[in-house]
Amino acid sequence: MTAGTVRLGWMAAVVVAGFIAVWPGAAADEQADAHAATDAAVEALMRKSFTNVTPAQWRSRVEQDEVQQLCSRYRNDPPPEAAKRILELSNREFRYPANGELLGDWRKGEQLASSGKGGHIGTIQPDPPGRKRGANCYACHALAPSELSAGNLGPSLTGYGKLHGASADSARRVYQKIYNAQAFYACSQMPRFGHNEWLTPEEVADAVAFLLDPDSPVNQ
Amino acid sequence: MSFDRTLTALIAACVALCIAGGALAQDTMDEIIRYREMLAEANPAELLELEGEALWSMPRGPKNATLEQCDLGLGPGVLRGAYAQLPRYFEDTGKVQDAESRIVTCIMELQGLSREEATRGWYEPGSGNEALVTFVATQSRGEKIHVPATHPEEAELYKIGEALFYRRAGPLDFACSTCHGLDDRRIRLQELPNLSSQQGAQASMSQWPAYRVSQGVVWTMQRRLIDCIRQMRWPEPEFLSDVVIALELYMQNKASGVVSEAPGIKR
Repeated sequence: MTAGTVRLGWMAAVVVAGFIAVWPGAAADEQADAHAATDAAVEALMRKSFTNVTPAQWRSRVEQDEVQQLCSRYRNDPPPEAAKRILELSNREFRYPANGELLGDWRKGEQLASSGKGGHIGTIQPDPPGRKRGANCYACHALAPSELSAGNLGPSLTGYGKLHGASADSARRVYQKIYNAQAFYACSQMPRFGHNEWLTPEEVADAVAFLLDPDSPVNQ
Repeated sequence: MSFDRTLTALIAACVALCIAGGALAQDTMDEIIRYREMLAEANPAELLELEGEALWSMPRGPKNATLEQCDLGLGPGVLRGAYAQLPRYFEDTGKVQDAESRIVTCIMELQGLSREEATRGWYEPGSGNEALVTFVATQSRGEKIHVPATHPEEAELYKIGEALFYRRAGPLDFACSTCHGLDDRRIRLQELPNLSSQQGAQASMSQWPAYRVSQGVVWTMQRRLIDCIRQMRWPEPEFLSDVVIALELYMQNKASGVVSEAPGIKR
């Protein structure tokens, strides 16, 4: 090997090193690799730790869909590309009540809003089979001004119907937000009540009425 | 039990008075603080502490041995400050263990009982688990929580614990961080510690295990976390499983530096 080729080789190394240093994707790729390694380790540990689970329970209660994966990885603060993907996935399907009515019964909606019951599994304190699931809106939101025991994880929705009206457009928007809040805000902390089939489309419509109906206590 | 009724009455009074006005509400808050102080002077968990101490020094199992030579990380038989430095990596088992899993190791190794025998009915009052943990934790009261997670196995599990804290799943899309990732949040009127912050983790972890007034029992950290996961509508992780230990490691590391006041008193 001549001195010239050595020098050339050395210069090429400098150029390559410089390219890696200024190539904006390199750091992000490295970060993504680190994320992927941790994610794999987390999932392996999950498999070992949740042993008393049926395959159906595993799919619906442990395994993550793509939206959950992205929001977990980015700790609910997704970069633009991931946020775009989440919005796209979340806007794919909305199911509506068979009668097409998006403003249901506010009284039933109020019951759903007040109940945090249902849906617990396991051996220590499971719910009886078939127990009606609540939506537990009051856990996170202030709603009717007469209900003082309201949480603050989500924004206050007191007077929501007075503010937004009960037009068809308004009802549709609220319906979709309750059905899948991530169609509007990527990685919203709110459960995707309709998408995850926690509530039926009719129940989502009842919750919409609780928010928008002029007679609902939310708007008194 | 009567504590429960007293608390319910106080909360009812508070709600009523909150409507009546700020000055009265202040009186009610003072009452609640006084009630908590009263309880702290005679924490019912002290009975369990005594029960745990008796169980600790009682010869049991095929080997008819006590747990007095149990190594909780600071050497065989050293209890003072040990709980406050868990979870940690143990050479003999090749695992990162918390207080509960380590006590079970000791029961198996020293007393010769099976894992099944050592963990049967672990969440039921009187199972031995809550008494032993209460006793062991009390030996760290006044000691600083110190869980640096510097051993490679600990560092690796810490990373997993942190990722788990933010892992959303299940029919409600919940992660630990959903409720415990922000300051000054409440579910209904129940205040939620922000366990992702040092201050929040310290305020919380210094109090566990804790006597739960509403249930009349002491809850250990395993019990607390497995129940949180149940309420997220996930399945229950196995008692002593690595998912629970990873979360404990994450929180104890965040809480490091605070003086343990175990056992605490909770709602």
